[in-house]
Amino acid sequence: MAEGMKIRATLQGDVADVKALMNHIMETGLRKDAKTGQLIPAHFINHVVATLNGKTVLEAQWGAAVAKNPFLGFKIKGAKAGDKIVINAADNHGGKMSGEAVIA
Amino acid sequence: MNQLRRTFLKSTGAAGTVAVAIAAGLLRPGQVLAAEWNKVAFDATTTADAMKGLNVAGAAESKDILIKAPDIAENGAVVPVEVTSKIPGTTSIMIFVDKNQNPLIADFEFSNGAEGYVSTRIKMANTSHVRVAVKAGGKAYTATKEVKVTIGGCGG
Repeated sequence: MAEGMKIRATLQGDVADVKALMNHIMETGLRKDAKTGQLIPAHFINHVVATLNGKTVLEAQWGAAVAKNPFLGFKIKGAKAGDKIVINAADNHGGKMSGEAVIA
Repeated sequence: MNQLRRTFLKSTGAAGTVAVAIAAGLLRPGQVLAAEWNKVAFDATTTADAMKGLNVAGAAESKDILIKAPDIAENGAVVPVEVTSKIPGTTSIMIFVDKNQNPLIADFEFSNGAEGYVSTRIKMANTSHVRVAVKAGGKAYTATKEVKVTIGGCGG
C-alpha cells in the first residue's frame, strides 16, 4: 500500500473538525486491464477506525465505491486543543496505514 | 493434565454461552466481532438487500437527514457527499448508491462524542439516487438525493 495519510484537525468552538486524506488506489474489481482484458482484482480500504486520545470515536466499514485516495471528514464534540487524533485504516489485502494529528 | 481439562471445559463453556446468546438474538454477530467486514451487505446488488444486511430495512423517511452532493457530477469517479443527521442520538450513517453494482458504499459508526456528520467522496456508475440511512436510538431513518452523472466511475 502506498504510504501516507494526511490528517488535519481544527477546533471550532467545542467541536473538532477532522479531515483526513488517505493514499489508496481503491480498485473496485470491476475494471478490466486494457492490455490483457482481465479483471483487475479489487483492492480497497475496507476498515477505518478513528480515536480521540485513545478512545474510539468513529468506526467505518467501506466498500470499493469510496473514491480513489479517500477523503474522510467528521466532527467530534467536546474535543479540546491538544487532543490527539489517530486514524487507522486497513485494506482487503491486509495492508495497513495510519496517521495522527493534534487538534489545533 | 487435570488443570488443562478444567481450562478446556471453562473455555468451551464460555464459547457456548456466546453461541446461545447469538441464537437467542441477544447479540448480533456484528457486535461480537466488531472488526468483521459486513460482506453480506457490501456484496448485495440492490439497496434493499444491503439495507436488510445492515438491519435498517423499512427505515422511515426523514427530513432531518441532510445530504449535500452535487446535482450534476461531471466525474462519477469522484463525487463529494456530505451527510448531516440532525436526529438526536445518531449512532451510524450508511451511504448507498441505488444504481451501483453494489449499492452500499460505506457504513460509519459514531461513539464518544463524534457527531452525526460525515463527509467523503464516492464513486457512481450512473445517474442515481444517493440514499442515506441513519440509525438513531435503535430506530432507522432514511433520505435520498438524486445525482446526475455524466461520466461513470466504476467500470472500465
